[in-house]
Amino acid sequence: MSLLVILFNSIFVQNIVLTQFLGICAFLGVSADTKSARGMGYAVVFVLLISSAITWPIFHFVLLPYKLDFIRTVVFALVIAAVVQMVEIIMKKSIPSLHESLGIYLPLITTNCAILGIAITNVESEYNFIEAIVNAFGTGIGFFIAIVLFSVLRKTMMSAPIPQTFKGLPAALVAAAIMSLAFVGFSGVAENLFI
Amino acid sequence: MAAKKQDPLNLVFLRGIIRDNPVLVLLLGTCPFLATTTSFFNGLGIGLATTFVLLMTNVVISLLRNFIPNKVRIPAYIIVIAGFVSVVELLIRAYVPSLYQSLGIFIPLITVNCIVLGRAEAFASQNTVLRSVLDALGMGLGFTLACVLMGVIREFFGSGMIFGYAVPWLVDNPFLIFIMPTGGFFVYALLIILVIAFQKYLDRRRAEKEAAIIERYLALNSDDPEIVKAALMQESDACTSASCEGCGLVGGCGMEQYRAQMRPRRSRLNLAYHSKLKPAFGQEGDE
Repeated sequence: MSLLVILFNSIFVQNIVLTQFLGICAFLGVSADTKSARGMGYAVVFVLLISSAITWPIFHFVLLPYKLDFIRTVVFALVIAAVVQMVEIIMKKSIPSLHESLGIYLPLITTNCAILGIAITNVESEYNFIEAIVNAFGTGIGFFIAIVLFSVLRKTMMSAPIPQTFKGLPAALVAAAIMSLAFVGFSGVAENLFI
Repeated sequence: MAAKKQDPLNLVFLRGIIRDNPVLVLLLGTCPFLATTTSFFNGLGIGLATTFVLLMTNVVISLLRNFIPNKVRIPAYIIVIAGFVSVVELLIRAYVPSLYQSLGIFIPLITVNCIVLGRAEAFASQNTVLRSVLDALGMGLGFTLACVLMGVIREFFGSGMIFGYAVPWLVDNPFLIFIMPTGGFFVYALLIILVIAFQKYLDRRRAEKEAAIIERYLALNSDDPEIVKAALMQESDACTSASCEGCGLVGGCGMEQYRAQMRPRRSRLNLAYHSKLKPAFGQEGDE
């Protein structure tokens, strides 16, 4: 049942935004309204799956055999940038409706810490291919949950009586702080949950 | 819009430390800033590593700025940045293994740090090597200072230690929340509040000084006040460091909605016109 443990771990216990601190800029920036938050969430899940599916084989079948694992940062960064670019072009041509809803977020995901972070975590934790895909998928879902919840929070905050000193970015950060505190409740749960 | 006047060299360096501090004012590079600054040593480590990468990439990209074709500039920058990040990664892994353990994946993640890519795109690709070096040093120093500040605060309250030395009562009763992600967000919020307050104070002082100058000019001349004011005041835009376009993702990360709050609109006396004020003040001299 270790796949389920990995899934639960990556969604809740090691939530990419609220625990691992990756993808903060997109999380704080794109969560102004729920629709764009959802679009961003879908795009992140999508890019995470594709980039993990491509970087894992490259690492294990190209870099490791030739003892080139030390340049994985360069290779991963380039591969992710190239793949995202290609995906955007293909999507624009073949599925315009999908491009409308999530294509606009694709260029900005290239520099998102989460993508490169998960690609490196997958090889550092020595997951096999299936585990890496599950981890990437779970991470994407975790990001989706976090950003959609946060966008709802911010909408509610807009009509709340926030003191003048805290208006704007500080209020958003305090809200994120309390959200991450809520997710701390999941720590230590994963290992024994799916026996 | 007329070509931007080049800032003098000392301003290029000093600008990155306080006025355009990359993480507290420009709101770039927030991920490593929040995640790794659980202690003074970690904060210093990530700050210096990022400064090294920033410096080397600024130099290389500034040297190659006339050779890199415009269409492939972002991938080219990524290659250069990732190359130097690999160097830093190997150096830290070999010489400071404890830092390597605590920084974890955030060393390779310097590759996608918006500060590095942003300064490469916005500054190094359009300026000489000397100015790029100064800009990198200033921004790196600003980032390091912010990380160290955050690290000291979180270490003091969260582990009851200061620079690695135990504090008598606090080390047995630490406020653990400060080392957790929650604490990171919260201390960042408090720092942002301080920065906004400081910027507002600076703006007020500058506005008072400028008002005084304009008053004196108007008292000595009978020009139409509105025309004179318009000529004297030159609004400077909120993103003078062009960090928004800097990422190569115009309006991308969404942080620009917050940046306006960090950089309240500043008006600046039009210096060229100001020099014409000197004779107007006669023997009193100018401000």
